Amino acid sequence: MKNNSMLEIKNLHASVDDKEILKGIDLKVNAGEVHAIMGPNGSGKSTLAEVIAGQEEFEVGEGNILLEGEDLEELSPEERAHKGVFLSFQYPVEIPGVSVTNFMKTAINESRKAQGLEDMPANEMLKKIREKSEMLEIDRKFLSRSLNEGFSGGEKKRNEIFQMAMMEPKLAILDETDSGLDIDALRIVANGVNKLRSKDNAIIVITHYQRLLEYIVPDFVHVLYNGKIVKSGTKELALELEEKGYDWLKEEAAV
Amino acid sequence: MAYTEEELKKELETKEYEYGFYTDIESDTLPKGLNEEIVIAISKKKEEPDWMTEWRLEAFRAWQEMEEPEWANVTYKKPDFQDISYYSAPNKKPKYNSLDEVDPELLETFKKLGISVDEQKKLAGVAVDIVMDSVSVATTFKKTLAEKGIIFCSISEAIQEHPELVKKYLGTVVPKKDNFYAALNSAVFSDGSFCYIPKGVRCPMELSTYFRINQAGTGQFERTLVVAEEGSYVSYLEGCTAPMRDENQLHAAVVELIALDDAEIKYSTVQNWYPGNDQGKGGVFNFVTKRGLCEKNAKISWTQVETGSAVTWKYPSCILKGDHSIGEFYSIAVTNNFQQADTGTKMVHLGKNTKSTIISKGISAGQSQNSYRGLVQVNSRAENARNFSQCDSLLMGNRCGAHTFPYIEAKNKTAQIEHEATTSKIGEDQIFYCNQRGIDTEKAIALIVNGFSKEVLNKLPMEFAVEAQKLLEISLEGSVG
Repeated sequence: MKNNSMLEIKNLHASVDDKEILKGIDLKVNAGEVHAIMGPNGSGKSTLAEVIAGQEEFEVGEGNILLEGEDLEELSPEERAHKGVFLSFQYPVEIPGVSVTNFMKTAINESRKAQGLEDMPANEMLKKIREKSEMLEIDRKFLSRSLNEGFSGGEKKRNEIFQMAMMEPKLAILDETDSGLDIDALRIVANGVNKLRSKDNAIIVITHYQRLLEYIVPDFVHVLYNGKIVKSGTKELALELEEKGYDWLKEEAAV
Repeated sequence: MAYTEEELKKELETKEYEYGFYTDIESDTLPKGLNEEIVIAISKKKEEPDWMTEWRLEAFRAWQEMEEPEWANVTYKKPDFQDISYYSAPNKKPKYNSLDEVDPELLETFKKLGISVDEQKKLAGVAVDIVMDSVSVATTFKKTLAEKGIIFCSISEAIQEHPELVKKYLGTVVPKKDNFYAALNSAVFSDGSFCYIPKGVRCPMELSTYFRINQAGTGQFERTLVVAEEGSYVSYLEGCTAPMRDENQLHAAVVELIALDDAEIKYSTVQNWYPGNDQGKGGVFNFVTKRGLCEKNAKISWTQVETGSAVTWKYPSCILKGDHSIGEFYSIAVTNNFQQADTGTKMVHLGKNTKSTIISKGISAGQSQNSYRGLVQVNSRAENARNFSQCDSLLMGNRCGAHTFPYIEAKNKTAQIEHEATTSKIGEDQIFYCNQRGIDTEKAIALIVNGFSKEVLNKLPMEFAVEAQKLLEISLEGSVG
């Protein structure tokens, strides 16, 4: 079998303030795949996303996270980003006075610098911004506004996916990107994500609801409960969860 | 701080006035201490006319009766005014033959600021090549200005060449007895600039270019006087983004601006004096009095970026005397390590339909204390006065302080005064968000700080805004562990 592993998580434990949140996660995501992680509130979904991104608030006890076979343990969040890890935040922060364009320009050029490349030429940057904003049906005026300041919930999420499109990550983790989106916005965002799918990258979609998965169809679905993946399956599992809720899994896990 | 240098610290800590007494008036340094004889000696040294000597003496006598103000939110060991030499040779910087001899850390800072090699040499005190003849460059500027009838020279020269103008305006906005430091400055001011724009003339250039070439080293007691005649315009830029390696600990400058009917003066300052080391040792005390007078329909804008000095005490103000006059104050004050700043403005509305705007951005890091102090005063006759004030503070870490002291005195009920204030902290979530996008913490802070300061940075002349932006970055380097 060809080794095209994008992300491999082995027995990952993580805690905050001595409280263990992730209790031994195993997950393998290959390039070209979309995985969905579902689960009730407080099961550790966002923690998993942030631990992969390198949030230092969490103490990683045991286990490893490998990106294309390379252990991320010693890498800072920005180094992980330079290697192609992207997190679409559930609650994107505001940075007053910094325009979306300026923020993206800085982000892209910092990553290029880390790879020993020169700054992206201005015309190339503009072209890319134009392309990606059109893809996500983003008004150009929006791009000169301060990052996330005064954005509606939907605008914030769309802006996250715009950034993903600009950064072209190898591994994108979308943390509840569907929350706060109306149906039109959801479709636009999902279309955007689908256009970014390729055989060279991988996407992890974290969500509560099956709704998003109608648009972004996953190859695999995992259920996270109480810090562990308690069930994995194909996209049909999402439908089953929609129908039956999580309780049956909780019972199963308790046994 | 990035440009903290062991040598400089030593220079600042070990007083340089240890070379014994010189009584010879022709020598470069006067003996320590301050009395009438010293004031007369300074005046003589500068070959000033009698009226000027008398003016200085009056100021000195007033100063003797005054006490050092203590109301500012700063603590420091008061200087011993009898332990200072009030006239010293202007150029005491070490001379180097090439840039290779200059402290590499200083050069690194220059590089970060994007300062040209020739200018670097000038600033670091390297003998400038004959090719780059700054004198001739300055002369060219002077010629262009002279064609328009603009006078731009040192205040000493103005006292000699244009006594009628100096006599007419000096001390009219900041009186000799205005305050302790202003009185001291009036008695002993070393030098400074004089600028006169004739009626209806728009000064064709930022007066910065000239300034940067000629005034890299400024005096301890600087005196500046800008007069804009009716309907004229001038944009004046003071200071320099490059680290100023000045050995003088006490700085007490006075700046007076006079904008006659329909005139406009833009006065921008970048102050980057030595702030002391990261333990709070050394550093410059900067006690400045800056004030502008607006006649009818006139406008004065103060823009300042303050990143240096150990202690800053500074309130660029506007007296809105004429009807329909406008005063503006845009400020960024950065304090790091143990720096203390108490800065703000005074907007005094005397005329009808006068307007003022205050935008103040304070950034505190380390264990520093950063205070905004502002007065908005509306006189009983100032019908329809309007003021808008916005004071934003940004904190980094939890050992620094930000304080806001707004004073509002309105004696006319038609006045409209708005005051907004915010305090925010650079959040770990903001930093992580930036990190996740590949931006390291240092750069993330710079980005956030620049965003926070944007409204003020935008007011700076273009060429300078870029340097000021980089200066903010450098000033805050290492402020987050």
